[in-house]
Amino acid sequence: MAEDTILSTSGLTKEFAGFTAVNSVDLSVRRGSIHALIGPNGAGKTTCFNLLTKFLAPTRGSIVYNGRDISREKPAEIARLGLVRSFQISAVFPQLSVLTNVRIALQRRKRGDSFDFWRSERVLSELDAEARSLIEAVGLTPFLGLTAGELSYGRKRALEIATTLALEPEMLLLDEPMAGMGREDVERIAALIRKISKNRTILMVEHNLSVVASLSDRITVLARGQVLAEGDYATVSKDPRVIEAYIGSGGGHGHH
Amino acid sequence: MTDLASTDAPAAIVTETDDGAARLHRNLFIAIAVALVIAPFVAYPVFVMKVLCFALFALAFNLLLGYGGLLSFGHAAYFGMASYVSAYTAKNWGLTPELAILLGTAVGAALGLVFGALAIRRQGIYFAMITLALAQMVFFFSLQTPGFTGGEDGIQAVPRGKLLGLIDLADDRVLYWLVAAIFMGGLLLIYRVIHSPFGQVCKAIRDNEPRAISLGYRASQYKLMVFVLSATLAGLAGATKAIVFQLASLTDVYWTMSGEVVLMTLVGGLGTVFGPIVGAIVIVAMQNYLATLGAWVTVVQGVIFVLCVLLFREGIVGVISKAIRKPL
Repeated sequence: MAEDTILSTSGLTKEFAGFTAVNSVDLSVRRGSIHALIGPNGAGKTTCFNLLTKFLAPTRGSIVYNGRDISREKPAEIARLGLVRSFQISAVFPQLSVLTNVRIALQRRKRGDSFDFWRSERVLSELDAEARSLIEAVGLTPFLGLTAGELSYGRKRALEIATTLALEPEMLLLDEPMAGMGREDVERIAALIRKISKNRTILMVEHNLSVVASLSDRITVLARGQVLAEGDYATVSKDPRVIEAYIGSGGGHGHH
Repeated sequence: MTDLASTDAPAAIVTETDDGAARLHRNLFIAIAVALVIAPFVAYPVFVMKVLCFALFALAFNLLLGYGGLLSFGHAAYFGMASYVSAYTAKNWGLTPELAILLGTAVGAALGLVFGALAIRRQGIYFAMITLALAQMVFFFSLQTPGFTGGEDGIQAVPRGKLLGLIDLADDRVLYWLVAAIFMGGLLLIYRVIHSPFGQVCKAIRDNEPRAISLGYRASQYKLMVFVLSATLAGLAGATKAIVFQLASLTDVYWTMSGEVVLMTLVGGLGTVFGPIVGAIVIVAMQNYLATLGAWVTVVQGVIFVLCVLLFREGIVGVISKAIRKPL
């Protein structure tokens, strides 16, 4: 069981000035799975996500990744351990070219830190070929020379994925990968996520339940900061407590 | 294969534009070098040296704001303190000018390290306020230690001395070449920093810090480094200025000096390599040639500042850069 689990939390709790956003959550993500974290608005998904990615520090509880306690690590450090997050609003470097965006990630993985301010950036051109093939993989080759800020929303997301993959992460944490997307983009990104999930573990927070249903192996439902139910989509969607939580909060948004 | 063709074509375009920009920049560097050689023969050398000192100061500031995304409102601290140290050691310790300038620069760097380490803990407006507060502390220190700074009088009649103990710098036309060399060296260094692997990471952090962190970059270390580099070069500018004018005064550490460098950078073009030089020329020329207007110079400066922010957000060089679609 322990070898199967790549990421687990026990008693994970976050309190904000008397309000408990995440309350004693025990989560266990199996290696190689696509795991979704869902729940009605205010259920604590985003807080939970920010705790896992270390952008928030937990009040109590622990997070173990690959057998290592990362409860008190800094966000940059867990990225170096192979646990990489995405962002809800597309996370690109808008003033840098598409190529440079991906190369920045390669630069970190291949060179470690880059404090060499006296060297010409030409030394980075050895990374260009690999950056190009990653860009090719997400279908952005025709936009190689544009700055990331000039891309459409869906393409920014694709670029973000290429950048993330450049780190060869062992596990991806995706924060609402479909947020604000049109139907066509949703299908394209869903296919991309399925493609990159090979040999990787993915944990995602997602509102779009049809995406969750089609992609994830396992689903954890949060409500009021606590785990309400866990299982595959069929199990979870029939759970009366889950149905009640969604209806009680005004229906399942994203249920098109 | 069609795939291969589609990857090759845009790739060629990218390298072409990059090379095009690099060639343009090289030509600009040559043009600047030529201008530096001609300048003392067509303009008053002390005026040109003043422009060069402030241009270097603005370049240093722009490195931090334009490429590090960090708005410092306290750059006068590094400029002014380096100016004091350079003036004091040249006058009271009898150091040769190059040593006095080096020592001033080193003090600017050390101050930048301490202040930077404190300021980068906060972001945005709080960062700016911390840098301003720390710079004001330097101002009060300067005011309260007349034994070192000369108080209200400043350090006057600083000897220019002999470069390496050999070349007498009393003649403006001789000193000019030293100042021109320092300026060119500073410019080339900044250009290299911007176009280095380090510079790439700085630009990424400037564009999107949380994302850079999520890629595994320890953003605060990069920010501190770019802060120290900027403070060092601001110090170099201030230390050189003290030798040129044979004077270090409270004006150099006062907050208006921090404001002036912001103005120069914005007028010239924030985040452009060459903009701060143009900005410094405009502002220094205005102060010199409009000096007869007295206090009205400040009003004119204010109007330019407002116009710049309202109409000319990219600054002079920024607008040109946009027009020719090449980074400058």
